[in-house]
Parts: sequence; structure tokens; C-alpha cells
Amino acid sequence: MSASHDDHHHGPAKGLSRWLFTTNHKDIGTLYLWFSFAMFLLGGTFAMVIRAELFQPGLQLVEPNFFNQMTTMHGLIMVFGAVMPAFVGLANWLIPMMIGAPDMALPRMNNWSFWILPFAFAMLASTLFMDAGAPNFGWTFYAPLSTTYAPSTVTYFIFAVHLMGASSIMGSINIIATVLNMRAPGMTLMKMPLFVWTWLITAYLLIAVMPVLAGVVTMMLFDIHFGTSFFNAAGGGDPVLFQHVFWFFGHPEVYIMILPAFGVISAIIPTFARKRLFGYDSMVYASASIAFLSFIVWAHHMFTVGMPIAGELFFMYATMLIAVPTGVKVFNWVATMFRGSMTFETPMLFAIAFVVLFTMGGFTGLMLAITPADFQYQDTYFVVAHFHYVLVPGAVFSIMAAVYYWLPKWTGHMYDERLGKLHFWLSFVGVNVLFFPQHFLGLAGMPRRIPDYALQFADFNWISSVGGFLFGASQLILLVVVIKCIKGGKKATAQVWEGAQGLEWTIDSPAPYHTFTTPPDPKLIHAQ
Amino acid sequence: MSQANRSSTKRLVTRLAFVVVGMFGFGFAMVPLYDVICDITGLNGKTGDQVVATEEPSSVSDRLITIQFLAQNSAGMDWAFGANDTQVKVHPGEVKVVSYHAKNPRAYVMTGQAIPSVAPSEAAQYLKKLECFCFQEQVLQPGEQVEMGIRFFIDESIPDYITKLTLSYSLFDITDYESSATAVTVR
Repeated sequence: MSASHDDHHHGPAKGLSRWLFTTNHKDIGTLYLWFSFAMFLLGGTFAMVIRAELFQPGLQLVEPNFFNQMTTMHGLIMVFGAVMPAFVGLANWLIPMMIGAPDMALPRMNNWSFWILPFAFAMLASTLFMDAGAPNFGWTFYAPLSTTYAPSTVTYFIFAVHLMGASSIMGSINIIATVLNMRAPGMTLMKMPLFVWTWLITAYLLIAVMPVLAGVVTMMLFDIHFGTSFFNAAGGGDPVLFQHVFWFFGHPEVYIMILPAFGVISAIIPTFARKRLFGYDSMVYASASIAFLSFIVWAHHMFTVGMPIAGELFFMYATMLIAVPTGVKVFNWVATMFRGSMTFETPMLFAIAFVVLFTMGGFTGLMLAITPADFQYQDTYFVVAHFHYVLVPGAVFSIMAAVYYWLPKWTGHMYDERLGKLHFWLSFVGVNVLFFPQHFLGLAGMPRRIPDYALQFADFNWISSVGGFLFGASQLILLVVVIKCIKGGKKATAQVWEGAQGLEWTIDSPAPYHTFTTPPDPKLIHAQ
Repeated sequence: MSQANRSSTKRLVTRLAFVVVGMFGFGFAMVPLYDVICDITGLNGKTGDQVVATEEPSSVSDRLITIQFLAQNSAGMDWAFGANDTQVKVHPGEVKVVSYHAKNPRAYVMTGQAIPSVAPSEAAQYLKKLECFCFQEQVLQPGEQVEMGIRFFIDESIPDYITKLTLSYSLFDITDYESSATAVTVR
């Protein structure tokens, strides 16, 4: 079955040029994943600075302005540099193998969309070394803080966002074209693995909202340099308009970061429960509904700007409606595990932790959706706890689950299970010690984005910081596991996991440089 | 990839590229859309354009509405700016004149622009201004003091539950803007 036995066998080019000029989806997937990991460590370092400063009340380590730069850069780098590229990397590696395609539909554009990113982030990070300092207005860059009162480096930030957007848009177009046009014969849409489905929907979200993000930063650019007044009240603009345009992008963006995670979890749980996924069709429809709803709930981020009551109610109910398709998914995962013969290898541990902790983050989301209650929670650590619960043990755990799950397929070796489990348990304990107390801090009234706080918040803050250091340090174990696994280890079989189903498990481990140059036997394609 | 496949990919990519361009445009279209929606609904407490004299009301209702006037300087503005009448009671349909004062304490010519806001926001569309200093930029010589008037009435169709409303002006220093006059005319 393996394509590596073709007579025109050729492997990758040698040296650095292999990576610079590659159009191979596996190489580009690898580049994305390593880039994302580097950004994860960089953004993590910023988070460590934040937690170190918040370890005690008072100002110990950094200036307030530098603290603000850290919160801003942490958010931007984690969202645009770590989580999004990691999912694009997984898509590059897996989608062609999952649908029986030889490569992505537009391989050269694929190369370009990756290689834009290092430049975008180098530009963004270079502001840290400039006199004016890095952007300090929060990752949501509300105007006029990010226009009238911004440091002069804001222009670097704007162009970096343009480049990231271009990269995401090209990546999405590529994924849509691949999924719609390159499926092997017999791979109908409703037979596609859910990871492919969720990515297809995510790609549509990306091409719908990344241009709006590009638009809003362009308006900022005009306001700052060309004297327009999109967001400047003195000139007839409106700062609240910024929030509407930003969150029209921003809310679908949060689903862009979680839908592929749903796909990953829907692949891993059936494997280790040794059962077919419960309710495949409903999973597809639930993903599509979540994507649709994401466009009509944006103003729940801005309940306190002074909207009419009718608007507040509409956005409140629309937001709560999202719990329905999300609940369908959670119940389907639980039903898949029900009476399965479960084993608890590292990917499964991360997947189960995802289901539990993501659901907790979802519940706090419901609390925040209640308009009158939101006036209390707005801009407190409760919000911070909420979105970190859905993004860290949510999106990030799913990425780690995916890495452990497919690593043997990528490298041809089994990873060190003992170290993997250690990584999981330290991360699991760390993440909860880190973020759970932040719920209490928020409910007690501690505001977000402050370098110093009132004394009554001291205890929960040091607990949170200790959890943060534990979580941060334990991520280095992942690096060790991955490097060890690349260098050697027990040989992995083609199927790797006893219960794994799908085309990628029919090819050798490691996956040959070229796969499915001839389409796979349609008999290998099963309904999910 | 087969030839047929290649051309269908090309078609698909072209269509997706149109979506991207369209959504970029939509981002900008949200700016006028937002203004239109605010105009229609009075959302955000934006008051409408200048009302022309022919629209002046003919009949006067016997309800009484309390209107409070606020003034504030935005960051960096240090004019002595305030309302001469902090509170008036008017009948819907009755034309009323109130005034604000401003003084430039600096030793150079400054330009100010006042931006109105009404609370509760749903009352904004019933506040009709015949004349307002917020329709023009205010250019003040060093030390100059001015009285600035507002002529307005409350539309008779104002819902019964609104008995009190607040009109607030934020004053911005726009001395350094070359010409924001065109942008300001929307007020």
C-alpha cells in the first residue's frame, strides 16, 4: 500500500533549502508545528513574567508599562503564533493523508503562507527592543488606546497583523481547495474524518473574518497616520465602532481556535474507547451550527458599552444558544466512551481532560453570557479564567493530544509513554492550580491587566503563580519527548494504535515523503 | 492532479478570493452601516443632524420632560467648559434655548469640537436640535470666552416612560487636526 515503493522514489532535498523551498505538505506541517512550539515557549515566557510580577502585591520585577506590553504580546503570540499555526500544521500533515490526496491543492502557496509567519512575528517581537516599547494596549487593541494613545511601534503591530492575516487566508483557501477537490474516490463528504470537517468549516470562518481584521487594523493605520477619524470621537468617529468591527472578527476567531480541537478529540476518543464515534452526523451539523452562530453573538463582549435592552437580550439569548450544539458534542464524546474498552495512553488522557476542562470553561462562558451578571464579571479575572480554561486545557491540550497521537505516524517511533504521562499529569495539575483560583479572584473583583492589586487578592494570586510556574516548566517535557521520539524509540507499526481507524493509519510509519500518489483502495474508506 | 481537477481548483480559488475581497470591503462597510443603524435606532446616544426650521413643531403637549445638561473635557483639553443651565423642564413640542460657556485659558489659538451624547440612548432620536454649537468647530483666541447656544425641542412622539434625559457634551481639542470639518458635518 505504501507509496514509498514507487520506482521514481525520491526523498526530500538536503540541507536548509529543503525547508526553504519545500512544497511538501508534510515538511510544511512540520515547519508550522515547530514554529508554533517556538511561539508557545516565547508567549509562555511572557506569561511567566506576568505571573512572577503578580506573585506578590506591589511592584517587584517590572514597570507597569512593561507589564502591559507582556500581557499584550502574550495574548497576540499565543493566539496568532501558537494556537492557530499549530492547527494549520496539523491540517497540513493530516488532511491530505486523511482524504487520500497526494498533497495540498496549492503547494507553492502553502510554502508562502508558512514563510510569511516568521517575518510577521519577527516584526512584532522586534518592537520589544525599540525605545517606544512593544504594543501595550492588550491583544484586543481597543481604540483609541491603540490609536491616539498608542506607542509609535503600533505601526509594526499593524503590518504584522496584516501579514498573519494574509498567511491565514492563504492557508484556508488551500485547505478548502484540498478538501473539496482532492478527495480520493469513495471519500464522500459525510465519510470524511471529523478533523477534516471541522477544519473545512474553520477555513470558511477564517476567510470570512480575517479580512475584517485586516480592515480594522487598516482603519487604525489611517487614523494614526492619515488623519481620518474612524475611531476618533473628536473627528466624528466612534470608539464603540472599533469594538463592533473587532469582535465581528474576534468572536468567530475564538471558534477558529476550538473547532479543529473538536476534530482532534473526535479522532482520539473513538480510538482509545475502541468504539465508533457516537453521532457522527450530529457532530458535523453541530460544528456547522456553532460556526453560523459565531457570527451573531459578537456584542456579548461589549455588554457594558451602553446597548439598548433589546440588543443586550438578543446577544444574550444567541450566545446561550451556542451551548446547544456544544452540548451535543460533549454528550457524543461521553457516549462514545460509554461502555467502550478504554485505555489511557497519553493522547487519551489529554482528550479526556479536554472534555472535562473545556466543558468547565463553557459553563463559565454561560455565566458570562447572562447580561446582568456580566456587568459584574466584565474585565475581571473571571473572564481571564474563563477564556484560559477554553484555550489552554481546551485548544492547547487538544494540540498536545494530537501531537502524542500522531507523533508515531510522523516519526516512525513510539514516544516515551512514561514521560508523556508525566507531562500530562504535571500539566493537568499545573493548569488547574493556575487558572482555577482566578475564578475566585474575578468574583472578588480583581480587574484584568493590572501589575499590582489590593492585598485581599494576595493568596489566590500566589497559588495561581505557583501553578503557572509548574505548568510552564512542565512544557519542556514535551520538547524532550518529541526530540527523543524523533531520534529513536520503539518502532511504530502502520496502525500504531489498536483501535485507530482512517486512511492515515493504512500507510507506513513514518509516513513516506510522498503518500497516495495513486488513490487508495476505496474499500479502505469506511464511514466514520 | 488531473486537468479537470486543476481547472475546478482554479475556479474555486477565484471564488474564495472574491469572498476575501468582499469581506475586506464589508469590514469598511460596517462604518457607514453602523452610523445608519445608530441614526435609525438612536443607539449609542448619538443625536441626529441639524433639524431644519420647517420641521419646527406646531403643537405643544402638556407633559413635562426634565433635561439635564452635562459638560466634560476629554483628555488633554483644559478649556473652562460648562453648562449655564444644568437642568430645564420642557413640554414636548416647545422650542427651548439653553447655553454653554467656554473659555480658552491658553496663550494660543485653540480649536475645540463638542461631541454630544444622550442618555438613555433610546431618547436620542426624540431630541431635535435646530441650532447647536456642536455643529461647528469652536475657534477661541487666547483668553477668549464665549457663550454657545443650543435651540432644540423634544419630539411629541417621545414614549411615555421617558421622563428625564441627559444631554452630555465632551469637548475635544482638535487644534492639531488640519481639517476635520468634513468629518464633523455628520453631527
